[in-house]
Amino acid sequence: MGKLNVNLCGIELDNPVIASSGTFGYGYEFAELYDINCLGTFSFKGTTKEPRFGNATPRIAEGPSGILNSIGLQNPGVEKVISEELPKLKKCFHKPVIANVGGFSMEEYVYTCKKLDKEEQVGWLEVNISCPNVHGGGMSFGMQCDAAYAITKAVKEATTKPVLIKLSPNVTDIVSIAKACEDAGADGISLINTLMGMRIDLKTRKPILANVFGGYSGAAVFPVALRLVYLVAHAVDIPVVGIGGVSSAENVLEMMMAGATAVQVGAANLLDPFVCRDIVRDLPAAMEKYGIDSLSDLSIKQGAK
Amino acid sequence: MKQGVFTVRENIPLTDSVYRMKLEGDTSSFTNAGQFLNIRIDGLYLRRPISLCDLEDRIITIIYKVVGKGTEDLSKMTPGKTLDILTGLGNGYDLSLSGSHPLLLGGGVGVPPLYYLAKKLIEDGKRVSVVLGFNTQNEVFYEKEFRALGADVIVTTVDGSYGKKGFVTDAMPHDYTYFYTCGPEPMLKAVYRSTVTEGQFSFEKRMGCGFGACMGCSCKTITGYKRICKDGPVLKKEEILWEN
Repeated sequence: MGKLNVNLCGIELDNPVIASSGTFGYGYEFAELYDINCLGTFSFKGTTKEPRFGNATPRIAEGPSGILNSIGLQNPGVEKVISEELPKLKKCFHKPVIANVGGFSMEEYVYTCKKLDKEEQVGWLEVNISCPNVHGGGMSFGMQCDAAYAITKAVKEATTKPVLIKLSPNVTDIVSIAKACEDAGADGISLINTLMGMRIDLKTRKPILANVFGGYSGAAVFPVALRLVYLVAHAVDIPVVGIGGVSSAENVLEMMMAGATAVQVGAANLLDPFVCRDIVRDLPAAMEKYGIDSLSDLSIKQGAK
Repeated sequence: MKQGVFTVRENIPLTDSVYRMKLEGDTSSFTNAGQFLNIRIDGLYLRRPISLCDLEDRIITIIYKVVGKGTEDLSKMTPGKTLDILTGLGNGYDLSLSGSHPLLLGGGVGVPPLYYLAKKLIEDGKRVSVVLGFNTQNEVFYEKEFRALGADVIVTTVDGSYGKKGFVTDAMPHDYTYFYTCGPEPMLKAVYRSTVTEGQFSFEKRMGCGFGACMGCSCKTITGYKRICKDGPVLKKEEILWEN
């Protein structure tokens, strides 16, 4: 086992660097730029049962060291993801991939997870119960322990692959929700999704986003994410995937020191399409600098399955 | 698409708020007029997408209007400054459909991408007519540059202070074979209604990444959802669905 390897829910990753859902498409845009097989893996664009255009535009605004988005789960629907996108993904990426799933009802989550669970290349299901940009679903399932428990249990009963539940930071007590997911059989927890925010155009005096509110991510949220990863990782026994503002090898190490087994890189991909490749490249030197021999020894979760 | 470091070689005002910048670096990923670049600016999180105005060997020309913090910072840059830029973004205009007499319709800072387009069309032996629309006389730029390429140029101003009074659609010649346009959305809609041939429209939208990853700039078209940054910014007339 190499010094960068980590084990995420029983599947070995060559390194802990994972490109985050919604910032990496289905991989092939990035595969035009570099060999994306250097990544640990990536989580492809959130998939729902039906096709979705998403929210009205503008969907993007900016903040200090961050990006506010209100995409609203645009995707072609699970049937087309399987028939059109995954074959293209397979041509450029040859490792198990994370299938990110969104939904508006228990039935939809289960339907989409079942479909993707059967896809050979899907290594993990990442159930997004934290999308801040869709009404009547998404985040509402991640706001309360009983709803999070119910979704997790239903998905676990319908599928065979490791299930990661992706949690929202826009809650009063993320630790309780993470514990509810663990109790329901989740194999891991991904956190955090974006933080709710808004911007107003001074000239028009109106919100910049057509959806008014959006989810904030980027370097600005790293300390917030780190704290929540630390809290959750110390409260559950299952692996935690640290997400939020990661943009360097040092950030990856810090996330792992907080308890993350693997680390996702999101918004940074949108500014610097080579950032994941560069983080993987920079990790050995950063480890040497801080006297780290093996990443799998770093996380408090090492050995967790 | 390529990521590269470019050096500012020139940065001069053309009007009170419009600037021209020349940048030197590896321009090899540009294949087409109508493509754009995405510039990283110190202290700002998102890159700023700007259309390609001209391309000569290792030199890119851009023309931009100061509208906010990003373009204000750009306007203060001096020769020698280096910038991290993604190049070769977007589809660009399809020149093969132009026929013998293409008409180019540009409004305000929608004018710049038409310059390189006019240059390429004229190189291909086409007779190119250009209508450049501005609000008022002191906003007019690039009239003589288009003439120097050999294009027939008409300038319109909304207030009539220079050229023909009115909008670009009030000054279109009648014998064009095809059209290409770029400008503010109300102008594009007017062009859509006023033109009698097929043509191509270049759109502007708030973008996250600029290369197709984030779905921030999606729009609906007759042929399905498209990303302005990756499947556009140029759409053909027959695929456009106006959302409002």
